[in-house]
Amino acid sequence: MDILIIIEDNNGKSHRMGLESIAAAQHMSDKLGLSASAMVMGKNADSLASEASAYDLDEVLVLKHDLLNEYSSDGYAEAVKQIIESENPTYILFGHSYQVRDYVPKISAKLMRPFLADSIAIHFDEKNVSLTKQMFNAKLLSDINPSGDAPYLISFQSASFLSDDAKTGSATSREVSVMLDSSMIKTDSEEPFKEASGGVDLTAAELIVSVGRGIGKEENIPMAQELAAALGAELSSSRPVVDSGWLSPSHQVGSSGQSVSPKMYLSLGISGAIQHVVGMKASKNIVAINKDPEAPIFEIADYAVIGDLLEIVPKLTEALQ
Amino acid sequence: MKIAVLVKQVPGSESPLPMVSSQDWLDESQVAYIMNESDNYALEEALQIREKNNDGEVVIISLGPNRIQKVIREALSKGADRAIHIQTDGSYPTDPLVTASLFSETLKDENFDLIFSGLQSDDLGFGQTGVLLGELLNMSTATLAMSTEIIDNKIKVKRELEAGYFQWVTMSLPASISVQSGCNTPRYPSLKGIMGAKKKEINVITPPVMDQNQSIKKIYAPNSAKETVMVEGSVDQIVEKLVNIFRNEIKIT
Ligand SMILES: Cc1cc2nc3c(=O)[nH]c(=O)nc-3n(C[C@H](O)[C@H](O)[C@H](O)COP(=O)(O)OP(=O)(O)OC[C@H]3O[C@@H](n4cnc5c(N)ncnc54)[C@H](O)[C@@H]3O)c2cc1C
Repeated sequence: MDILIIIEDNNGKSHRMGLESIAAAQHMSDKLGLSASAMVMGKNADSLASEASAYDLDEVLVLKHDLLNEYSSDGYAEAVKQIIESENPTYILFGHSYQVRDYVPKISAKLMRPFLADSIAIHFDEKNVSLTKQMFNAKLLSDINPSGDAPYLISFQSASFLSDDAKTGSATSREVSVMLDSSMIKTDSEEPFKEASGGVDLTAAELIVSVGRGIGKEENIPMAQELAAALGAELSSSRPVVDSGWLSPSHQVGSSGQSVSPKMYLSLGISGAIQHVVGMKASKNIVAINKDPEAPIFEIADYAVIGDLLEIVPKLTEALQ
Repeated sequence: MKIAVLVKQVPGSESPLPMVSSQDWLDESQVAYIMNESDNYALEEALQIREKNNDGEVVIISLGPNRIQKVIREALSKGADRAIHIQTDGSYPTDPLVTASLFSETLKDENFDLIFSGLQSDDLGFGQTGVLLGELLNMSTATLAMSTEIIDNKIKVKRELEAGYFQWVTMSLPASISVQSGCNTPRYPSLKGIMGAKKKEINVITPPVMDQNQSIKKIYAPNSAKETVMVEGSVDQIVEKLVNIFRNEIKIT
């Protein structure tokens, strides 16, 4: 087997990034002439398998086991490791989800093979691959070469490939099995829950003013609140502002906060790390004020102001009033 | 309770990041370094557990060249008891499995009950070291910890999941936990702490050389795909242009 895609369960449906991984694998197949198969596991394996088998893949491996019904990092890592040993894929592809962050490094340690995590692109020269990864909070990119013998574990960042590009087809399913016993699983998990919400709902906001760590200190928050009021906008923030206790958690935009798509997202002192950007890149107009011309937020901005927000914001508020 | 905290020194978010001419690393002489953000939360979590139990030891583990002693001292001044500096000559390994293997070689005889780490470094950002190390030492592991609680010989961890969900996971010690930023309020060093840190032990060790299975071929600045309008001028001109953009282009009424 050349490429094995591990498709994650999202309540009975494929995780969005699972389909993106199919697109990634098909891209690799085209370039390198490799075959690609997918694997699904857990209590929803059957429904995931029927979803995956509608794509242009060699096979869909279906793995069921009592100890895989609920996710555990130990169980999933051991199961995938055993499948890698029995099926011998060269590349194992994952979406870089929270679950993948949690268990795939364990497979890497078990096999002593590299995990090229959070890649955004893959390149080929002859038969060698290199992976592109964001570094230094997305300010720089790097090309990374894996070396040594296969297998290589690779995860792709959300939206590195588009699920719409995944070619459909029909793949046959095959049941596979692993040997697990409960002593391998060192954790005991409770049901996932949501924190009592309340606070601001930003998902429907037309206009958003969003503050980042560049606001400097808690005492400067009112400056942004006044600008938001002058625009009739909601106030939101990046994670460090919430982590520092300057605004409540319901203000946070990003992968661990809310996803927004306003008509205008006015970002003040936010660098543009991927975990923030995933929550706001759907905004129709992105206006960014940042004093660092290299800040990655400018890559997705429609309007860019390189300057000091502490000087600009009070005057902007005044001009709007 | 014997607790290790993995601490990394990384470029600060406002540091320049000039590259060396071979384009495979930074010109470190021009970089302003700080303690990795989530590691600071990891350290705080460890200190709070030690204080709650009124007993135990917090040991800082850091890998890198001499410059990293700055963040090691900072961690000691916040209250960690001692440190182990795994000294490399140039910069860091760029293969997380090598980093974790060097940590596991160093820590295997120390028998830590807990290892705390930040979930991801703000430089290379592989986000794996805590889990790799836990697995190499055959410990329980958990990631994205937002709060922890020690109950007898177990640790209960509130993990952040996707889409606003959380989950409590309980596991026996020893455990390696990587924490998410925001899980506590990190302290600042006191003057007494800063003075006291000077006398604390930093055990410097030289690691063996290991082969890497992944290496950086080149680093470069990303280029933007989107067309961006630059709004330039004096502060007053910028303000005037922005108001005009809001009203006439974005059409905010
Ligand atoms: C698993 C995971 C989940 C995460 N989830 C989220 C999430 O949901 N949301 C989120 O936001 N982050 C999240 N993060 C954190 C994310 O990686 C970044 O660390 C964070 O977004 C950075 O916030 P920031 O841009 O405000 O701060 P920084 O990166 O520190 O940027 C501050 C910016 O302000 C600029 N600045 C400073 N002073 C001024 C001034 N006077 N005028 C103008 N500009 C100025 C600087 O140039 C800099 O660009 C997550 C991280 C992980 C690993």
